Amino acid sequence: MKIGLDIGSTTIKCVVLDDHDNIIHHSYKRHLSQIVEMTRQELQSIADTLLQGRPAGLAITGSAGMGMAETCDIPFIQEVYATRVAASRLQPGTDVIIELGGEDAKILFLGGSMEVRMNGSCAGGTGAFIDQMATLLGITPDEMNALAAQHEKIYTIASRCGVFAKSDIQPLLNQGARQADVAASIFYAVVNQTIAGLAQGRPIKGKLLYLGGPLTFLSELRKSFDDTLGFQGICPDYSLYYAALGAAYSCDGTLSVEDAIGRLERYTQVASYHSMGPLFTSHEEYDAFRARHERAKVPRGSLDGYTGEVYLGIDAGSTTIKTAVIAPDGTLLDSSYQSNAGNPVPIIRDYLTRLYDEHPDIRIKASAVTGYGEDIIKNAFMIDYGIVETIAHFTAARHFKPDVDFVIDIGGQDIKCFKIKNGAVDNIFLNEACSSGCGSFLQTFANALGYSIADFARLGLFADRPVDLGSRCTVFMNSSVKQAQKDGASIENISAGLSISVVKNALYKVIRPSSVEELGRSIVVQGGTFYNDAVLRAFEQELHTEVVRPDISGLMGAFGAALWAQEMAAGRETGSSIIDREGLEQFTHEVKVASCGLCQNNCRLTINLFSGGRRFISGNRCERPVTKRVRDDSMNIYAYKRELLGSYQPVPGPRGKIGLPMGLNMYDLLPFWHTFFTRLGFEVVTSGASSRKLYLAGQATIPSDTVCFPAKLMHGHVEKLLDMGVTTIFYPCMSYNLDEGLGDNHYNCPVVAYYSEVLDANMPRLQQVTYIKDYLGLHREKDFPKKMHAVLEKYFDGISLQEVKAASRAAYDEYHAYLTRIRVRGDSIVEAAREKGMPIVVLAGRPYHVDPEINHGIDDLIIGFGAAVISEDVLSHKVQKFPVGVLNQWTFHARLYAAAKYVCTQPDMLLVQLVSFGCGVDAITTDEVRSILEEQDNLYTQIKIDEITNLGAVKIRLRSLFAASERQVAHAK
Amino acid sequence: MQNNHPDRVIFTKEMRKTHTILIPNMAPIHFRIIERVFRNCGYKVELLNNHGPSVVEEGLKYVHNDTCYPALLVIGQMIDALHSGKYDLHKIALMITQTGGGCRASNYIHLLRKALKKAGLGYIPVISLNLSGLESNPGFQITLPMLRKAIAGVVYGDMLSLLHNQVRPYEVHQGECEKLLESFTDQLANMLNAGKGYRLREMQPILDEIAARYAAVPVDGKRRIKVGIVGEIYVKYAPLGNNNLEAFLASQDCEYMVPGIMGFAFFKFDNRLEDIKLYGGSRLKYAAVKLAMDYLGKMEQAIIRAVQKYPQFVVPSTYQHTKSLVNGVIGYGSKMGEGWLLTAEMLELVEQGYENIVCTQPFGCLPNHINGKGMIRKIVERNPRANIVPIDYDPSATRVNQENRIKLMLAVAKERMRAEEAAPATGQPALHPVEQPASQQAVAV
Repeated sequence: MKIGLDIGSTTIKCVVLDDHDNIIHHSYKRHLSQIVEMTRQELQSIADTLLQGRPAGLAITGSAGMGMAETCDIPFIQEVYATRVAASRLQPGTDVIIELGGEDAKILFLGGSMEVRMNGSCAGGTGAFIDQMATLLGITPDEMNALAAQHEKIYTIASRCGVFAKSDIQPLLNQGARQADVAASIFYAVVNQTIAGLAQGRPIKGKLLYLGGPLTFLSELRKSFDDTLGFQGICPDYSLYYAALGAAYSCDGTLSVEDAIGRLERYTQVASYHSMGPLFTSHEEYDAFRARHERAKVPRGSLDGYTGEVYLGIDAGSTTIKTAVIAPDGTLLDSSYQSNAGNPVPIIRDYLTRLYDEHPDIRIKASAVTGYGEDIIKNAFMIDYGIVETIAHFTAARHFKPDVDFVIDIGGQDIKCFKIKNGAVDNIFLNEACSSGCGSFLQTFANALGYSIADFARLGLFADRPVDLGSRCTVFMNSSVKQAQKDGASIENISAGLSISVVKNALYKVIRPSSVEELGRSIVVQGGTFYNDAVLRAFEQELHTEVVRPDISGLMGAFGAALWAQEMAAGRETGSSIIDREGLEQFTHEVKVASCGLCQNNCRLTINLFSGGRRFISGNRCERPVTKRVRDDSMNIYAYKRELLGSYQPVPGPRGKIGLPMGLNMYDLLPFWHTFFTRLGFEVVTSGASSRKLYLAGQATIPSDTVCFPAKLMHGHVEKLLDMGVTTIFYPCMSYNLDEGLGDNHYNCPVVAYYSEVLDANMPRLQQVTYIKDYLGLHREKDFPKKMHAVLEKYFDGISLQEVKAASRAAYDEYHAYLTRIRVRGDSIVEAAREKGMPIVVLAGRPYHVDPEINHGIDDLIIGFGAAVISEDVLSHKVQKFPVGVLNQWTFHARLYAAAKYVCTQPDMLLVQLVSFGCGVDAITTDEVRSILEEQDNLYTQIKIDEITNLGAVKIRLRSLFAASERQVAHAK
Repeated sequence: MQNNHPDRVIFTKEMRKTHTILIPNMAPIHFRIIERVFRNCGYKVELLNNHGPSVVEEGLKYVHNDTCYPALLVIGQMIDALHSGKYDLHKIALMITQTGGGCRASNYIHLLRKALKKAGLGYIPVISLNLSGLESNPGFQITLPMLRKAIAGVVYGDMLSLLHNQVRPYEVHQGECEKLLESFTDQLANMLNAGKGYRLREMQPILDEIAARYAAVPVDGKRRIKVGIVGEIYVKYAPLGNNNLEAFLASQDCEYMVPGIMGFAFFKFDNRLEDIKLYGGSRLKYAAVKLAMDYLGKMEQAIIRAVQKYPQFVVPSTYQHTKSLVNGVIGYGSKMGEGWLLTAEMLELVEQGYENIVCTQPFGCLPNHINGKGMIRKIVERNPRANIVPIDYDPSATRVNQENRIKLMLAVAKERMRAEEAAPATGQPALHPVEQPASQQAVAV
């Protein structure tokens, strides 16, 4: 007999084969991280029922079983290898296997040269991801499957990692998208992740197997794969057990299962993992901690028997929806706190109905709403005020602790924290797209292990050796936990470790203080996550300080909104505009989906129709579908740059067409190369504007899924040129950029410098055309014509050095003229803005951030807030070279430092830095730009952008920035 | 190129006598030897060997978390050492390398200074170890003799790791090679400390002796899986950076080859020549660099002469040969980070029979998007037997995932080895790949 055990991140799969390799037993169980114990039990029961003392073959496979197998001297077979062994036996002729597991995603190419692609350090697109998404929707994965079958449309959801996807899904839910559509979109995101992240250009064709839990249980997921791939894969019998079967088939020799069980028993005792000090060493310590926090209480009353004016605050958060009703003296009369179940509208309708029904004697004097769902709730129920979350939280915190100077809020999906200086929100830290989801991560983890979040967190309070899980990104914690489980960490220690990690993540990923003093003296913590004493304790321990947690720490947004409503309505005669009882009885809410079609963006709009003809549109990048007015670009340098670049049109020439991919540094150098080649008699065509479609067309050839999005887009641009039939493509490698005299050197970043090489090595279609990727140095203007002439001679006949020299001169001239045009227009925008009293935002980044596919319309968004937009290169030349705290060696980045320096001298300018996710260089520039600005007490705002960006979070940032700036200006006066 | 920020703390001539300079340990064998070169040249230096979770923790605390892992580790290791209470903090200086290249590595020194400032240790002088004239300190000067001694240290380090790695897996008496390595390292370190053994004519007999002694170690003659290690220079060599990759491969009964540091030194000099060739520049500079390259070339030949006497050893390729391998794969202008050399080393390893390769890289390493992951497809296209696994290292990448991926690569390697052993007559491996992995057909999404 042979036993194969497959120990995955969440389940144990076991098969037993008889001597003729027939399957005589199989089981599939969740191990709830009791790996050693479950393995032992499983083996014991097989030994008792099937083996009865006989020896058997035994092998373990699966990443979670690796350490245990080695320590206990049980043969270990790598799981991918095991899967292949099984497939070649059971399904001969298989070409490709797609296997999704709890935290693994794999594609195995068996035909031809065997190749395996596994997900690396990213757990996105796996079973854990699907579970997480199901939790977000408040349903089970099976229900999600059933819902997905009824979908009508697919939304684009970032597929790279679970956290990104969550950031996309939450606004969709809050804006009223249908659950069925969201469910199906999640499955398509998994498909995209698998194909883009793992197949990386190798075509999936031939006989295809679907293996593993998610693909076995979720028919709609299989269907999404079938639809995307254009053919049907097979989900064979025993699709859950292939790795276990492969392990069993690979067993040779026999070993005493009883002995193995004995070794497992002894292994249970061993626990070696990195641990930290306990949260509480005794119950007395815990009691004292509780007593201290009991003191931060809000006065409470009751609505029963209350008559008169009240103020209503609503916080429509990302995962929960909170309400607070207060009396004019600040007494909290009523509150609610519940999961938003994907749609906040019916929850508020029910709440208001109950309020009106049960308490006919109260009169709502004013109401305010904050949070992700602000817009839709405000529209649906005619709420008086909408306020940005940061202001709501500050208002509440100030009520508790008038001298508060730092507020941190860890909610379901967000970390928000801000410093308060001179009574105004001064510096805001929001978690970037990469580390959101802290609270809901804890929740998903608790659920996966079979606990409620509160119970799960409580488990860790007295853990003796909390696991050190690191602080990078919550999604990666899955793998860390896996490792800890492997090393025998108890669930108590894992729980405590997770609570500590959430805190560390907030501190070292988002806020990054170097000392407690930097945060402030008077700290208020809020948000549902701090309800967990373990998290709160970890926070105090990490900061070595005592903080205040109001007893309504999860309600602070709503409470603050209510206080704000009161503040705003002070002295106002009229009552609240909020929907009345009658209106509520007739309240209807209908959701429609449409494509905007008013411009080439063609945004997919979600249109919410409410009774009384009110409508609320979401999904729009600009205000056009709402106002029906054409956008005014006159105050937007980004729009001007696009217009200028668009003016470099092809001019037919005797030497034929040459194609330029329109991305990365081409956004800066198009004027140069266009002029250069046009002069030489080439017809210069570009790949034009980026689009989602263009990106997807090139996605399959991207070799490194962690490179920045602007680089990834290049693959699409090259595909586009090839599709246009261009037979000569020019995209040079450039270690050096032009020297603008601002820095110590004038490099391009490595990706900009050499991405052409990556395209050449990974896009086989380029072999069919003339692809010019030579190394060129524009920084040596005198040497350039000769060097360029030598390069051109390799590809073309009869281009004389004289011609190249003349073309070079014209090209350098045109390049400088182009920069001058931008600067002149920039100056006039600044002048006009000052005349009109508009705030001026310096949207600083790289030249290629002008691409709307990359910046997601953030420039328009800022214009929509009534500000003017200029760019870093409008200002950088106004500053002389000055010493910075880093090696200032990249041309584009030197512009950033110079612009920041200049902004310090201009009180009406606000700098917002765009940072592409995965940009290694910006890890250096962001800190430096921030320190240049903050040295002079200027605000710094950073916006991280990726393939998909949650504009909702960007809006919060910008609104908070404008609010902070207004207060700063007011304070200065 | 001079960076002389007004606030920079200078390492003065006086400090040379009073201060101990802490240096990070990138490659254990090499740096133990090179440490003595510094001592010989009149500097009190100490190699940092502290490790453990507190190193990463200090790194995360004081360095931007999106910065490359090597920076985080090196700076974390330094701050951890400073916080250990072992040192008089007013008698300490730190040293870090700075290549002046276009990747982030040249900024480590500034990140270190920022970290020190954050930690309230801003008064500690930081010395830039560079050959590009980036920063200078009156108390620290690289002289020509010092440079020559350091190069000798690199040569010895390369030689020792080259042979040690080839013999140790096969030794009959366990621990024999380790003893040999220990004794040679001590001997060489002492010799350089005494200012001897760095001239070419002194070196040849020593190299010959190393080769002879390793050749004399009795071996078992069994076949083992041969693995090559390439990657970003720090995670390639430093056990702290790569989760003890070499020890792991040893535990899996593999032989591994780690291309030497000499290649990187060659490469960095050669970049200056390539720059001049590609973009134009001074002939004088060209001639000076050429001279340095020739010197390195002689060193390289000394190693080759010593090793090639023994047919059982894999002889290292010359730099020029390694360079020629990458011709037509990637341009010589690709010089940031490890540049084209990383790609070339993979091709070299495949050529030498180390076709199973671990390509180590810090998570999100910019040059490696190009030269590592970006070129794997082309390498496999040229040589379908290449079995390459890229491994990302960062503070949260767990060892279990990394080792699992490496194990898969090893499983494939084992299968190929078994197949070859089963069919030695034909010489055709059973798992011979037929189809090219690359295809122009994009997957419809």
